Amino acid sequence: MNFWVSLTVNSITFGGLLFLLSSGFALIFGLMRIPNLTHGSLYMLGAYVGATFLVGLISIKVNFWTAAVLAAVIVAAAGALIERLLLRRLPGDQLAQVLVTLGISFMAADMCLMLWGGDPINVAPPDGLGGFVRFGSVAFPLYRLAIIAIAVVVAAALWMLLERTRLGAMIRAGVDDPDMARVVGIRVSQLFTIVFALGAGLAAFAGIIGAPILSVYPGLDQDMLPLALVVVILGGTGSLLGAFVGSLIIGFIYNFGQALLPELAYFVLFLPMLLVLLLRPQGLFGRHVP
Amino acid sequence: MIARIAALAVAFVALVTVPYWVPGIYYVNVASQILFYAVFALGLNVLVGYGGLTSLGHAGLFGIAAYATAYMLQIGFGHGTAIVTALIAGVASTALYAMLSLRSTGIGFIMITLALGEILWGLAYRWISLTGGDNGINVSSRPAPFGFSLANANAFYYTTLVVFLLALGAVAVVARSPFGAALMGTRDQPRRMNALGYHVLAIRFWACLFSGLLTSVAGILFVYYTQFISPQTLSLTSSAEVLLMVIAGGPGTLLGPVVGAGLVVVVKSVVSGFIERWNFLLGAIFVAIVILMPEGLVPGTLRLWKRAFRKPQPRLPASAKTEKSP
Repeated sequence: MNFWVSLTVNSITFGGLLFLLSSGFALIFGLMRIPNLTHGSLYMLGAYVGATFLVGLISIKVNFWTAAVLAAVIVAAAGALIERLLLRRLPGDQLAQVLVTLGISFMAADMCLMLWGGDPINVAPPDGLGGFVRFGSVAFPLYRLAIIAIAVVVAAALWMLLERTRLGAMIRAGVDDPDMARVVGIRVSQLFTIVFALGAGLAAFAGIIGAPILSVYPGLDQDMLPLALVVVILGGTGSLLGAFVGSLIIGFIYNFGQALLPELAYFVLFLPMLLVLLLRPQGLFGRHVP
Repeated sequence: MIARIAALAVAFVALVTVPYWVPGIYYVNVASQILFYAVFALGLNVLVGYGGLTSLGHAGLFGIAAYATAYMLQIGFGHGTAIVTALIAGVASTALYAMLSLRSTGIGFIMITLALGEILWGLAYRWISLTGGDNGINVSSRPAPFGFSLANANAFYYTTLVVFLLALGAVAVVARSPFGAALMGTRDQPRRMNALGYHVLAIRFWACLFSGLLTSVAGILFVYYTQFISPQTLSLTSSAEVLLMVIAGGPGTLLGPVVGAGLVVVVKSVVSGFIERWNFLLGAIFVAIVILMPEGLVPGTLRLWKRAFRKPQPRLPASAKTEKSP
């Protein structure tokens, strides 16, 4: 019984983390029509930058939340630069853009290895969240519950941004019909930079939030990118709700798969994606077929 | 025309005499690597160049053939059985791969093939009872067809050369055949091809199978060359490396992938002797080629060559915009 309960909590936690990672991926995909293959790298970069602030490698030592925000801002700026300096040079050529993001992901992975070395960095949970809470006979790590809360807060904030602000309305218009959005005077290419930076920042934030449970190590990017890809294929591009539901489904399948079918866990993870591709190619909540 | 035949003859003689003019065994091995990676790149180019379908999971198919060979040898079968099984496994997996991925084109195709490649990598990595996980599988011996042992570097090189020439010939024949023309038609104008009565999906499917066959052949050569296979071979990095060979050399050209394979293998072997940052360089070359020379090195260089030695001609209008597939 305890086994199942804690497995369920872990699944929801991992789903929350995946939502932080893949919501930006879904938005970038929805707007720019490209799977951003640097997304795993941005996640890893966020984790490394955050960990650097936390362990005080560069003589500035800050608390966990400040480190998370700093990492998100720095990586968001890097994302904006990638969009402005490289992707912008290939307007409308989505294939070339995808290949550029692939190239950058290799460069980023190698740079992280060069700067931070090959040893994993362990990150302690923030002060006050290192303990456990008990519900009856089951003990839950407090930090895992905190991740769920953070994911819900971020989801609510993103929903407000997209549904209740002018910028959000512009982004939705760009996702639905970029040509028409341009005609009515929305500068869609400017939205590209904003959304790319937002997605990069969210991925980096996810990186440092996830660091206490996953740690930070080389290859983290290649572990996370396929997960973001599966979530978005499952949920549909350009849809926040799709990313949310997709993340939860994948969170459950990942954790239960690892526990019950360790040898085939990776395969099981991709099964729902194959089903969706066969039965509903635009994804559960997608607006258009990629 | 005469110049072209002369150039091909020189290239052929150079290839046949490689063991005699390179400075040592190490370079014969580099040449073998170039040739089997060239077969791999030729296979991927059928899809990427002629079919306009960018696959990012081909290392998975390459790996299936390699793993099948190694596994069959490990459980005690002979080389002949292992090779035939590997070819069947490779082509059958390609058929499945094609059925899933050809449901979309363009970016959707990239994503699905990327995901399928990751599944295969994950299986190789986690299905430890079958694949040995991270430890991989060792291949203890190379085959000796008709008593001709491939154990030494020169013998292996010549075998690879024969296979490479056969593959190159096959791709040349297919590219010039009506099927090749139809495939390029589905790349440029899928809707018109459909309207003309061609079965676009079937053409793409057969192209996938042909690509998978060449990829499997390359995978078998690879596993006999290294005599070891591990999940690393199936990683996204490997898929990207071979895609870089195709894109760098010139997608949709016959010799482009061969030049690309030579470039990538030489840079990788030479550079990794001096610095550890091969992946960084791989990424940087990728970005530079996509942005600066999108048609690839072979057509790009030809273009510059023609511009330098011929009278300037009025620029032709850009070719008609390609239609989106339905």
